[in-house]
Amino acid sequence: MRLAATDLAIGYGRERIGADLSLALGPDEIVCLLGPNGCGKTTLFKTLLGLLPRLGGTLALDGADIARMSRQDIARAIAYVPQAHAPPFPFEVLEVVLMGRTARIGTFAQPSARDRTIAMEALATLGIADLAGRDYARLSGGQRQLVLIARALAQEAPLIVMDEPTASLDFGNRLAVLDRIASLARNGSGRCVILSTHDPDQALALQARVLAMSAGRMIAEGPAVDVLSSARLSEIYGVPLTVERTASGRRVCLPELQSSAATIT
Amino acid sequence: MTRFGLNGALSVGLVALAFGALLVGPFGLTPEQTVAALLGQAGDQAQIVVWNIRLPRVAGACLVGAALAAAGASYQALFRNPLVSPDILGVSAGAGLGAVAGIFLSLPVVLIQLSAFVGGLAAVAVVMAVASAVRGGDRVLTLVLTGVVIGALAGAATSLLKVLADPYDQLPAITFWLLGSLASVTSADILPALPAVAFGLLPLVLLRWRINVLSMGDEEARALGIEAGRTRLLVIAAATLVTASVTAVAGVVGWVGLVIPHIARMLVGPGFGRLLPASALIGAGYLLLVDTAARTIAQIEVPLGILTAVIGAPVFVWLLASGRRGWT
Repeated sequence: MRLAATDLAIGYGRERIGADLSLALGPDEIVCLLGPNGCGKTTLFKTLLGLLPRLGGTLALDGADIARMSRQDIARAIAYVPQAHAPPFPFEVLEVVLMGRTARIGTFAQPSARDRTIAMEALATLGIADLAGRDYARLSGGQRQLVLIARALAQEAPLIVMDEPTASLDFGNRLAVLDRIASLARNGSGRCVILSTHDPDQALALQARVLAMSAGRMIAEGPAVDVLSSARLSEIYGVPLTVERTASGRRVCLPELQSSAATIT
Repeated sequence: MTRFGLNGALSVGLVALAFGALLVGPFGLTPEQTVAALLGQAGDQAQIVVWNIRLPRVAGACLVGAALAAAGASYQALFRNPLVSPDILGVSAGAGLGAVAGIFLSLPVVLIQLSAFVGGLAAVAVVMAVASAVRGGDRVLTLVLTGVVIGALAGAATSLLKVLADPYDQLPAITFWLLGSLASVTSADILPALPAVAFGLLPLVLLRWRINVLSMGDEEARALGIEAGRTRLLVIAAATLVTASVTAVAGVVGWVGLVIPHIARMLVGPGFGRLLPASALIGAGYLLLVDTAARTIAQIEVPLGILTAVIGAPVFVWLLASGRRGWT
């Protein structure tokens, strides 16, 4: 499965938010989309998912134009993990995960025993099989995020798009969710996970391919260790940042707090 | 108790309630006489009381209650809001206006019912048309607000007709209709409504899984593989057909479609495949109880809408205060 965008223009209606965006996503990789608030990350994701019509350029899934595909066909190829939310009704965790099977069953069908097995396997993959019977709305934010990732796994789509999967989580849950994400796209799974994040350290920790966006443009692309230099990060976020190597060889991104040059955008 | 068993128990309970309701009334009937009458082996008088008077009314109450509760459950899932009732898109206001116009023009009963039915469907059609003409913004919110606007307009037109109506002849009929009643219902009223309700329930049953997914919101439903706009349109059309059909028979009966789905959700959870039959069964039993009370507690027929409000309001407050399980 390959998703390819060339010179993509994105936005809402007439309001153009980004342009000249080119990217290619293929199997067995983790891609991190970095960029400041309002640079168009979510809009780009919604366009890749076909939820927003593109305003220009091409967007093809294995050569087929996304705009001409049915929602069902898109859902079979691309799964979407939104930020953890609370639905208005107290669905059980297993029911929420089973919703991932929707694109795999007939219009008038109910999930079968086999669908249930797949949903349970997805929960087990993420280590949360014990949550299956719980009320989704009463889980913690971290657990809900894992459930939504399990739903994407149950969807059996080769490409998983995650919109800031760790944004609303506490420090421990952030690491736990990140750790599970790391395991998803490796080991010859054939999957591709693309996630947006505000934390460059996550891209470094995941050893991800980085797409760096700023003001609706793609400004850099490549392996995290190459792209995320002190200068590039300072450029993206508009504050002085340095990337340092720890004693164990890992790279971490550190702010230079003594500077007063930072401007809040 | 398993969830399947619960719907089974509700069905048995409903049949028992219906049989009990057949026994109640000014003409005293023993259970044996009633069974004999149902089998066509009783005296003429018992036969007429059971078949011509009580059975249509019992069936009517069950049909109306089941339909309103099923439509309410559908609208609540669709609009992702447990505080929604079947008249959210103006179907009751439209049906009310249609019926009142029919009464005002002194039409025969069957045309008043038809006018109510058409009025209900027309109001929702106007809401859908206006809402789809509004560009941008939240589709669902636009729909709901348009429903409020069109409902208010239809209410104003209804009020105008009430002012103009003959206060001795037409006004009591209008008032009675707007409060809902099964006092004069016959099998000739119910039989045409039955296929319409069944036809409306069919898509709701068939799409029961997709309605769950729709309640996660448009964007997610689409990402999960559903053509959300088209599916929502179909569900709205089906739930509106169901509501308009029974409103044409019984008048405007409030509260059933709001309260009953809550109670059903507490019993079987929010999964629509179980919620729809549970809502319909509880709604049928509930309105049957209310209608039996309406024809027995006083010398006069008490309008259904008054009773459902008197019972529904405190129950709803209790649900708000105690349950919380249905809200976030």
